[in-house]
Amino acid sequence: MATIISLDPRVTRLQLESETPDTLKPKPELDQLQTYEVFHQQKSGARHIHVGSLHAPSRELALLLAKEQYGRRGQTYNLWVVNTADIFTMRSDDADVFATTPDKTYRDVAAYMVRNKVEAFKKEQQTGGTGA
Amino acid sequence: MNTEAIVNLLYRVADDALIIAHRHSEWTGMGPILEEDIAFSSIAQDKLGHAQALYAIMHEHFAQPKPDQAAFMRNAAAMRCCQFVELPNGEYDFSLVRHFLFDSAEMFRYHAFTDSSFEPLAKLSRKVIGEIKYHLYHAQTWMVQLGAQGNEVSRARMQSALNEAWPYALGIFEPGPFESALIADGVFIGEEALKEQWQTFVSDVCRDANLTIPSDVEPAYGGRSGYHTEHLQPLLDEMTEVFKIDPSAEW
Repeated sequence: MATIISLDPRVTRLQLESETPDTLKPKPELDQLQTYEVFHQQKSGARHIHVGSLHAPSRELALLLAKEQYGRRGQTYNLWVVNTADIFTMRSDDADVFATTPDKTYRDVAAYMVRNKVEAFKKEQQTGGTGA
Repeated sequence: MNTEAIVNLLYRVADDALIIAHRHSEWTGMGPILEEDIAFSSIAQDKLGHAQALYAIMHEHFAQPKPDQAAFMRNAAAMRCCQFVELPNGEYDFSLVRHFLFDSAEMFRYHAFTDSSFEPLAKLSRKVIGEIKYHLYHAQTWMVQLGAQGNEVSRARMQSALNEAWPYALGIFEPGPFESALIADGVFIGEEALKEQWQTFVSDVCRDANLTIPSDVEPAYGGRSGYHTEHLQPLLDEMTEVFKIDPSAEW
């Protein structure tokens, strides 16, 4: 007779078979709920920021559950939920299309040394130079 | 205003919130999915907050015990909750159906309270009605999801839970001895008027959920006068177990 370890079902239900039975089969596809991505908006007019995902059977329930998971702490004005399957994105092995972007400093505002030119011009004016 | 009538009304509403909060909290760590576990736990906390606020109003205005004493130091016979809220959670279908039927009533009840001539109650209701609106959205969406958009098994389970819950749901509206005084003083529209609003709404949602409301059912009355099911006292014993070790302890 098995010894009772605990009356708490959270403990007792962890008593798994030591060896995985051969009959254990993966669940069929679509047996699980869908996932939704959640976007949180703090104030009216503010941008929505992606904060995570959740499981739900429909977008209506996704929105309600998002309220609990992502809207119950701190200020919230609104939420968006989007079915993860509806998000169109790049393949992860295409990340190399962005590889050389950090090298292209001429595409970065900080790369333009306009201030140097402006200061040189002011100095020139003050000293009454003839200009280039 | 009739003080005795208001106190009686507030104990009914506060005790309902306290007991349903405890039942909902029993899903913490046990929900069918993590998201629902969180939702039920959060709703339980909201309900507990409503109970506390109502006990606090009674303490402040009518010299009733402090909220902790009111919640933890009364036995089943002194409780004025309806029998509906004290029933065990059962399966998730029953919990959801009860959550829906109860919170539909709460929505109309608190909405009516916003116009109450008893200003502390009106003020509290205006503050918490957004929470109750969300509780109802949660329950109502699951009703339609599992009734009309699920499969035959989910629909059958929801229907069976609805049949089981219905007499107790009618028991929410058990009239008390002060109905006419409360109505005359403008404190509350009364249980009968509330029930009519509730029934229209619940019928609409059940139609959307492809569920049939049982007919010719006797309401389960008794809770409002202290006659409870055998499930309430064990619940109270569990809920108050720690508090009663030392009721004078500061938390």
